[in-house]
Amino acid sequence: MKNSLRLAVTAASILAFGATGATAQVSDDVVRIGVLADMSGIYSDLSGKGAVEAVKMAAEDFGGTVLGKKIDVVFADHLNKPDVGAAKAREWFDTGSVDMINDLANSGVARAVAAVAKEKKRHIIVNGASNMGITNELCSPYAIHYAYDAYSLAHGTGKAVVEQGGKTWFFLTVDFAFGIGLEEQVSKVVRANGGRVAGAARHPLATTDFSSYVLQAQASKAEIIGVASTGADAVNAIRAAAEFGATKNQKLAALLLWIEDVHALGLPAAQGLLLTNAWYWDMNDDTRAFAKRFNERVGKMPNMAQAADYSSTMMYLNAVKAAGTDEPDAVSKKMREMKVSDMFTKNGTVRVDGRFVHDMYLWQVKTPAESKGPWDYLKQVSTIPAEQAFQPLSDSKCDLVKK
Amino acid sequence: MLSFPVSLRVSPAMKRGFFLVLLALLLAAPFFPQIIYPIFLMKMMCFALFACAFNLLLGHAGIVSFGHAAFFGGSAYITGYALRDLGWSTELAILAGVLFTTILGAAFGVLAIRRQGIYLAMITLALAQMVYFTFLQSSFTGAEDGMQPIPRGHLFGLVDLSDDSRLYFLVLACVIGGLWLVNRIVNSPFGEVLRAIREHEPRARSMGYAVDRYKIIAFALSAGLSGLAGSLKCVVFRLAALTDVHWHMSGDVILMTLLGGMNSVFGPAIGAVLISLLRHYFDALGAWVTVVIGIIFILCVLVFRRGVLGEINHLLSRRPATAVRPSKEEQNAQI
Repeated sequence: MKNSLRLAVTAASILAFGATGATAQVSDDVVRIGVLADMSGIYSDLSGKGAVEAVKMAAEDFGGTVLGKKIDVVFADHLNKPDVGAAKAREWFDTGSVDMINDLANSGVARAVAAVAKEKKRHIIVNGASNMGITNELCSPYAIHYAYDAYSLAHGTGKAVVEQGGKTWFFLTVDFAFGIGLEEQVSKVVRANGGRVAGAARHPLATTDFSSYVLQAQASKAEIIGVASTGADAVNAIRAAAEFGATKNQKLAALLLWIEDVHALGLPAAQGLLLTNAWYWDMNDDTRAFAKRFNERVGKMPNMAQAADYSSTMMYLNAVKAAGTDEPDAVSKKMREMKVSDMFTKNGTVRVDGRFVHDMYLWQVKTPAESKGPWDYLKQVSTIPAEQAFQPLSDSKCDLVKK
Repeated sequence: MLSFPVSLRVSPAMKRGFFLVLLALLLAAPFFPQIIYPIFLMKMMCFALFACAFNLLLGHAGIVSFGHAAFFGGSAYITGYALRDLGWSTELAILAGVLFTTILGAAFGVLAIRRQGIYLAMITLALAQMVYFTFLQSSFTGAEDGMQPIPRGHLFGLVDLSDDSRLYFLVLACVIGGLWLVNRIVNSPFGEVLRAIREHEPRARSMGYAVDRYKIIAFALSAGLSGLAGSLKCVVFRLAALTDVHWHMSGDVILMTLLGGMNSVFGPAIGAVLISLLRHYFDALGAWVTVVIGIIFILCVLVFRRGVLGEINHLLSRRPATAVRPSKEEQNAQI
C-alpha cells in the first residue's frame, strides 16, 4: 500500500514535471515585467504611478497572458539612487523572476541597471532616461533605449534654437549623467553650427534655489541659457531666470521639457518655449484614445515616456509571443527584427545597438489664447525624421556595431 | 577591574553552541537561495560588521562619532577604484580600502579627540562631510551616478568571484574574521583601558595611560573595520555610491548600534540585521519605512534602552541564583 502510494506520487511528479518540461518555454511560468521608476522623488510626475499604470494597461490590453502564461507587473521605487536601482534590479533578476525592466527614469539609475542587465543577460527598456551610454559603451543585446535620448533632444530643440540665431550658450546643468550628457550633446550641435559655448553652472539634483546659478548665466552674457535639467529642476530654473530678469536680454532653451512641466509652469510662463518630444497626446485619434483611457486611470494626460512604456511593453510581449519563449536571446533577436506601428509611432525599429528609431517632433508651447482647454499645450513645429533624430550607427561606440 | 553593566549567565558551552548553529546556518544559506537571497544576506553581514566596528568607539570607548560613513563609503570608493581602474585582484583592492580608512580614521581621531561629547561628534561630522564632498567632486567616482560597473575581480588572481556563492564565502570569512577581531579587541587589555577611559578619563590618565594614543588607535581600528565592511559591500554590489558616504549612513549605523545594544560586542550586529530586514521586507511601504523605523527607534530609546541584545542579557541575568555566577573574566567576555 505504502509502496504503491510512493509509486503513484513519483509517477505523478514525473508526469507533472514532464508536462511542464514540454511547454517550458516560459521561465518560472510567468512573464514578469518590473517597472523601476521614481515613485516618490523629483521625477515621480514623469515616471512614477503613470509609468506603472501604462505598463499594466499594456499587459491588460495584451490579454493578461502570453503563450498561456500569466503576465505579471511589479514595481519598485529607485529613489533616484543608482545603488538602490541596481540592487533592486539584481534582486529582481536573481530571485524575482523578472524578465524585463521598463521605464528607468533617471540616467544614473538607467546606467547602473544597464550594467546589471548586461551581466545577468535580462532585458531592460529605457524610456525615462536620456543618457547616450545605454546605446554606446553600456550597450548589450538586452538593452533597448526606446523613447528619446540626449542626441535627439540636442538635434531637436538645440539645433532649432541655434538656427534661429542663438549662437552663444550658457548651460544650467543638473550635475549627473543626464544633465552632463545632454550638455555635451547640445554643445556639439552648437559648435557644429558655428555657435560658441560660454560656460556652464552645475547644480545638484532637486535644487530649489537657483539664484547663484542664474546670476552666473547672466554674467556670462550668452544669448541663450540652455536648461539641461528636467522636471521640477527645469521648472525652478525657468522661474528663477524670469524672476531675476534674465529673460529680458537672454533667451531660454529648455532642453527636455515634459507636458507635466508645461502644466506646472502654466502657459503664461511657458508660452513660446520649444521642446522636443517623441509623442504628444493630441496627435491623432490613436493617441487621443490612449490618452483618454490613461487619464481615466491616472487623472492626468500621459507624457512621451509613459506612452513609450505602454508601446515598448507591447513590443516586448509581441516578441515573446513571436519567439514562442521568454528566453532573453530569442526575444532580443525578435525585437530587433520587428516593426512597431502603434499609437506611439509608425514603423519604428530597434537597431543593433539597442536604439529604437522613430520620428521625433519639435513642439512649441501655445500661448494662453491658443489653448482651448486643459492639457492643450503644444503645437507642432516640425518633424525630425527618424534617420536624423538619432545618433548614426557609424558614430556609435557600441561593440555590437560591426564597423 | 571594570565590568559591564549587564552579563549573560549562559554557560560558555551554550554560547559556543549558539555560534556554531549560526555558523552552520550561514554556511548552508547560499545553497537555499529560494529561502533567503544570498546577496541580501551578504549586505546584512556587511552592515553587521560595520555596526560592530562602529560600536568599538561608541560602546567601548564612549566616543560618539558622527562621521563613520566616511570610512564605510570611502573604503568602497578606494576598493572600486583599485578594481576597476587599476585592475588589482580583489584581496589587494579590499586591503587598499582598509588601509586607506585606517589612516583616515587615525587622522579623524587626532583632530576629533581634542574635544569631547557633542563637539567631538560635530568635528567627525564636519570631517566626514569634507570626505563626502571630495568624493562628490572627484572625477573617478562618477558623483551622483555612482562608480559602476566595478568588476568583482579574482581572489588572489585565481578564483573568479563573479559567481555569487563563491563571493558569499569570501564575505562570510571576512565578516567572521572582522567580528572575531572586534571581539578580541574588546576583550583584550587594550579594551579594558578603553572602558576605563570611558568610565573615568582623568583617573585613567592619572594611572599613567596615554589616553589620547588609546583613543586614536581605537579610532583607527574602528575605521579600518568599517572600511572592510564598505569594501565588501562594494564588491558584492559592483557599485560604490554616494549613499554610503552620505551622513545618513552615519546616522543609520548609530541607529543600528543603539537598537542592537551598545553595551555588548555583537548587539549592534543584531541591530543591523533588524534594520536591514525592516528596509527589505517593508520595501512596499516606500517612504513610510522611515516612519516605521523612527517609531521603533523611539520605542527602543524609551522602553528598552539597553537595545535588543542588552535587554536579553539583562533578562537572563535576572534569573534566580540557580544559574552559575560567571567569573570576572567571563563577565567581560560578553556575547
